[in-house]
Amino acid sequence: MSVPETPEQMAAAAEGAQPQSGPRRMVLNMGPQHPSTHGVLRLVLDLDGENIVTCQLDIGYLHTGIEKEFEVKTYQQAVTLTDRVDYLAPLSMNLGYCLAVEKLLELEIPPRAQWMRVMLTELTRLNSHLVWLGTHALDIGAMSMFLYCFREREDILRIFEMFSGQRMMTSYFRIGGLALEPPRGWQERVKKFIDVFPSRIDEYEDLLTENRIWMGRTRGVGVMTLEDMLDLGVTGPMLRAAGLKIDARKDEPYSSYEKFDFEVPTRTESDVYARYQVRMEEMRQSVRIVRQAMDGMPSGPWKAEDQHVVLPDREKMKTQMEALIYHFKIVTEGFRVPAGEVYQTIESPRGELGFYVVSDGGPKPYRVHMRTPSFGNLQAVPKMVEGIMIANVIASIGSMDFVLGDTDR
Amino acid sequence: MLPDNLREHPVAAAVEAFDADAVRGGKYDRKELTLETPPAKIVSVCGFLKYDQKFVRLSTVTAVDRFPEEPRFEVVYHLHAIEPQQRLRLKCRVRGEDPVIESVTSVWRSADWYEREVFDLFGIKFVNHPDLRRILLPDDWKGHPLRKDYPVTGTRV
Repeated sequence: MSVPETPEQMAAAAEGAQPQSGPRRMVLNMGPQHPSTHGVLRLVLDLDGENIVTCQLDIGYLHTGIEKEFEVKTYQQAVTLTDRVDYLAPLSMNLGYCLAVEKLLELEIPPRAQWMRVMLTELTRLNSHLVWLGTHALDIGAMSMFLYCFREREDILRIFEMFSGQRMMTSYFRIGGLALEPPRGWQERVKKFIDVFPSRIDEYEDLLTENRIWMGRTRGVGVMTLEDMLDLGVTGPMLRAAGLKIDARKDEPYSSYEKFDFEVPTRTESDVYARYQVRMEEMRQSVRIVRQAMDGMPSGPWKAEDQHVVLPDREKMKTQMEALIYHFKIVTEGFRVPAGEVYQTIESPRGELGFYVVSDGGPKPYRVHMRTPSFGNLQAVPKMVEGIMIANVIASIGSMDFVLGDTDR
Repeated sequence: MLPDNLREHPVAAAVEAFDADAVRGGKYDRKELTLETPPAKIVSVCGFLKYDQKFVRLSTVTAVDRFPEEPRFEVVYHLHAIEPQQRLRLKCRVRGEDPVIESVTSVWRSADWYEREVFDLFGIKFVNHPDLRRILLPDDWKGHPLRKDYPVTGTRV
């Protein structure tokens, strides 16, 4: 058969082909290496022309068996595993795990450590939302957003590096408090960032909020009803963009969030644009929380007074026999946690993050299950994209802000 | 039977009033309510909790391997009610030999992936599940890694 070359030949060929092929169905593999799937998500799309008839998700490419590995690490060692689950919000993961184990231990955390935790998890939320905004805008075609967002993200990572020595895998929260004493001069660094950042958010909004292309690509796209989302396990900003005022920081306050004054932004349109608006407003609220935490930071110890759980100060360890013994015991065999089970939830940047920790009384967790927000959210993708055009899939899944490490664990 | 200290708890009392056989035990520990129910009752109890007690969300489904105890597995459901805000943990003990339990996908659609994950990592079968396949591991994987008799290191020979 000859290949049609001129426009007339093409028109003739198309006319001839149409009635025979009927509905133009094809199966398209999107991913696992597609840039807009942010990692290794594979979508199997059954297409009718450009419309999606069915969508199936294939996950697990990043499964590393972290939950199994928890069972052979001591409680304190396992903190480093949590960073690697949601690698865009490592401090939220640290916090969820530490709070769960502290609940089992019934350990009281000093106010300074709690406030420091709040401040740093809010900076993590900013960090995570900036990556989301940059990549989401990049997917839709607003290239410059990515560069602006990563510029600010770099400042946040430098703050993390100042605190913990690490940019991403911080492991800065430990069971009983913090890993290290907050560094000298952190106030100036955080203040410098937080003073500038609100104007940067204005800058992002100038570029996107009223942008006709942005609105055209996001308004009315990826709409889902609240009932569907609740039923399918969606949490976080997606629910808030559908009008439900749900936020674990308000509903089940942890780490003294009840002492902070902030709003939970909501929208009702439940489309990609509404999710964008909710996350932008969340960034402004996070700035408020960071500022309050910075201004009102209590003084006092930054780790709990429990010699069985928390490592002694370096100075004490070198001068006191007893402290040296405790240090040795905690490092070599860990500490024992009373038998029992807890389910601790926190509001991660992506939604409800839950840690189910079961202890049998030994120095290693008997079972740790992570209820990760991305896993729950991704279940709703087929419902969201079935029936829409293929070009809108990218905007829709981008609005979910999932992390594949968080999904596959 | 509901332990006496739980009779005051409205949700625990409501479940017992709904079906006295549906509560095998429970505890209130560290401000978290746990109820144990027999596997045969799980779908009816979940339906009651969702539609009557407003537990609109299924937060997660997971399992704990109590090897070598028998019944070996605990299937654990975490439920969440938004208005008023409360959480509940439901537990079912399932036998170690060919473990089977009824799927709750008919109550919450979100159970779909949660149960597939438990099937994948523990090998517990969920009856009436619409699409019970492995989800995280490859389809041809042998064994179920989160079982206690599955080694953490080493290569298969």
